[in-house]
Amino acid sequence: MGRVMVVWCPDWPVVAALAEAGLPTHLPAAVFHANTVVACTAAARSSGVRRGMRRRDAQGRCPELLVHPANPDRDTRAFEPVLAAVEEQHPGVSPLRPGLAALRAPGRFHGGEAPGAALLAERLVGVGIWDCRFGAADELFTAEQAARRAERQDCLVIEPGESVGFLRGLSVESLDDLEGGRDAVSLLRRLGIRSLGELADLSATDVRDRFGRQVAWVHRVLGGDGAVPLATRTPPPELACHVDFEPPLDNAETIGFSVRQTVDRFVEGLAGHGLVCTEVLVEARCEGHAEPASARVWLHPRWFGSAELVDRVHWQLQGGFRAGEVTAPVDRVAFTPLTVVPDAVHADGLWGGTDERVERGIARVQGMLGHEAVVRPVVQGGRGPADRQALVPWGERPTGLRDPGLPWPGSIPPPAPARVFAEPRPAGMVTHLRQPVSVDPRGAVVGEPARFRTDPAADWQPVAAWAGPWPVEELWWETDPRRIARFQVVGADGRAWLLTWSEPDQWWTEAAYD
Amino acid sequence: MTAAPDALDTLAALRTQMSRLEAGTIAPPLETHPALAGLVQLRAGAAYSVDSATLALALLAGPSRAGAWSGVVGVRDFGAEAAAALGVDLGRTVLVPDPGEQWLEVTAALVDVATVVVVQPAGRVAPGTAEKLAARLRKRGAALVALERTRGDWPRCEVRLTTRAPAWSGVGEGHGHLRSRRLLVEAQRGTAPPRRGALWFPAEDQTWRRAESPVALAPEVEVAS
Repeated sequence: MGRVMVVWCPDWPVVAALAEAGLPTHLPAAVFHANTVVACTAAARSSGVRRGMRRRDAQGRCPELLVHPANPDRDTRAFEPVLAAVEEQHPGVSPLRPGLAALRAPGRFHGGEAPGAALLAERLVGVGIWDCRFGAADELFTAEQAARRAERQDCLVIEPGESVGFLRGLSVESLDDLEGGRDAVSLLRRLGIRSLGELADLSATDVRDRFGRQVAWVHRVLGGDGAVPLATRTPPPELACHVDFEPPLDNAETIGFSVRQTVDRFVEGLAGHGLVCTEVLVEARCEGHAEPASARVWLHPRWFGSAELVDRVHWQLQGGFRAGEVTAPVDRVAFTPLTVVPDAVHADGLWGGTDERVERGIARVQGMLGHEAVVRPVVQGGRGPADRQALVPWGERPTGLRDPGLPWPGSIPPPAPARVFAEPRPAGMVTHLRQPVSVDPRGAVVGEPARFRTDPAADWQPVAAWAGPWPVEELWWETDPRRIARFQVVGADGRAWLLTWSEPDQWWTEAAYD
Repeated sequence: MTAAPDALDTLAALRTQMSRLEAGTIAPPLETHPALAGLVQLRAGAAYSVDSATLALALLAGPSRAGAWSGVVGVRDFGAEAAAALGVDLGRTVLVPDPGEQWLEVTAALVDVATVVVVQPAGRVAPGTAEKLAARLRKRGAALVALERTRGDWPRCEVRLTTRAPAWSGVGEGHGHLRSRRLLVEAQRGTAPPRRGALWFPAEDQTWRRAESPVALAPEVEVAS
């Protein structure tokens, strides 16, 4: 296996944020996510700002700190010119994450690894990236660690066969950036393991069982093994296609029909490189606008054929016209492949292999009803039953799901209701004297529940048993907080319901234990 | 005289063949949730009707646990968490909550791809429509579960499952929470006497299993495969 070189641009999120704001990087600045520092500039660091610090503390130490919100899209977007600059010199770059990319180490053609890195550094400085560091080693992990220890615009070369010696001396904090690395570092330190050398002395099975796959991979590297082939990104620019309409079109059907040839060309262009596309960005631009009015990323569990891509364009524009997103006639539709894979490896789908028959059947239903009509149910975290699930349109990646593993205080213990109403229905709950039952601000029930109905059309029925309340104060930080309390109610017929009281004295049926 | 045993064998073979033809169940059996064993056995090409969402999910869970695809049409109040708890593989579940007027076409399309499809018809289904779908089911080797709003919405069901006397425990007058439910299920198959059984749906430990048969009910009729 060949040598690997890693390009590292430190503090990338903050570099990207400053670049977008048009500010120089010597200012103290930091990027925050969930009120803690994600990345900061060297100037901020010298004032004592650290990763993971709360915003108030960071501003306390450095009052002139520029605060930017985290935005992974911006980071990726800003990294694109960097990748392009590297690709100009070395085709076959594999982006690891924004700020970090790997490539095959430059060989004799560039005069060796260190001179090759110097050439790259010159190129990156040319696109305005002053702080870039390089590392070269036998495999990826070592090269990344070397890059992190290199001087600015310099390259740290770990000679062949010296990786293990280099890695053994590093502290376990080097694992911080791996998936699940933060927990692993914390656990290792509590176990008294401070250097990677000590980690290497543990047994491979123990490491895999306790720390997961990523750390196990590092453990293999420490044992002189574990080199992985680089999944090189194929430069997409020449594979992107677009079609212009003259005159502009204002109908999803006509556009779907008119893009057909372009889509064929797009798919054939990929096939010419022995590639298929699994993720594509479709953009539609309105007449007289520079920015695309509708842009959407489509995923395919196998890969996009031309008919499927035409369908996606059709759905996107149909939705766009209906939602008022596309207001003027469309004069350009562009396709950019985001993820391409060699057509030899497409057999495995994203969700563990969807067979083609299933995909076709689902596409047919989507063709009948529109793509949002066919969904995949997903379980997520939340307090109410409707919050605990999400319906993801088929073929889209679920985003913003809440973690079901968190405790979610105020949630109802299992069993989960078999029927969860998308829209709660108005209900009613009264005492023996037909007085409405309510919940006071301290969460206590006022009045004894005696009769209830689950629907305005349903009959009142006696309460056989009830439990609750499970109070939840939603949006308490807003000016208009909503106090609600959930109840489990069993009717005289033995059927159980989940009723919710909300301020001011309104009852809803949220779910049924049918 | 020597031919007599042979003739008897032939006769027995013919009889079993005849009984199979009469029952109309040459179709292969599908995986069924173990809690429902002895009450109902899902078969490819047949339609089943249930009156409870949990039962529908339990029927869905059988093939889904075995790795089959499942479809759900017209159910706007699908409880994903309850389905997952019963063992439905949500990653292989296609849900069309609101098919509108085109529910029949959507169901037919999903029958092509899924092994078991739950459908909640908006109202009474014409016998001709059900027959068309049944032909499709037989051809594709899928099973259909009709979740009925009112009894008899779906004509010509292989087995009609009805629930009775749900009894929840764990909940009192303002304390505790719903823990377990005992449910009586009656499986009516054609004109045969119904099979009855009591289920813990779910039991105290959140498993789904058969409860011991109550004494008050008629003894179960013999299970004919």
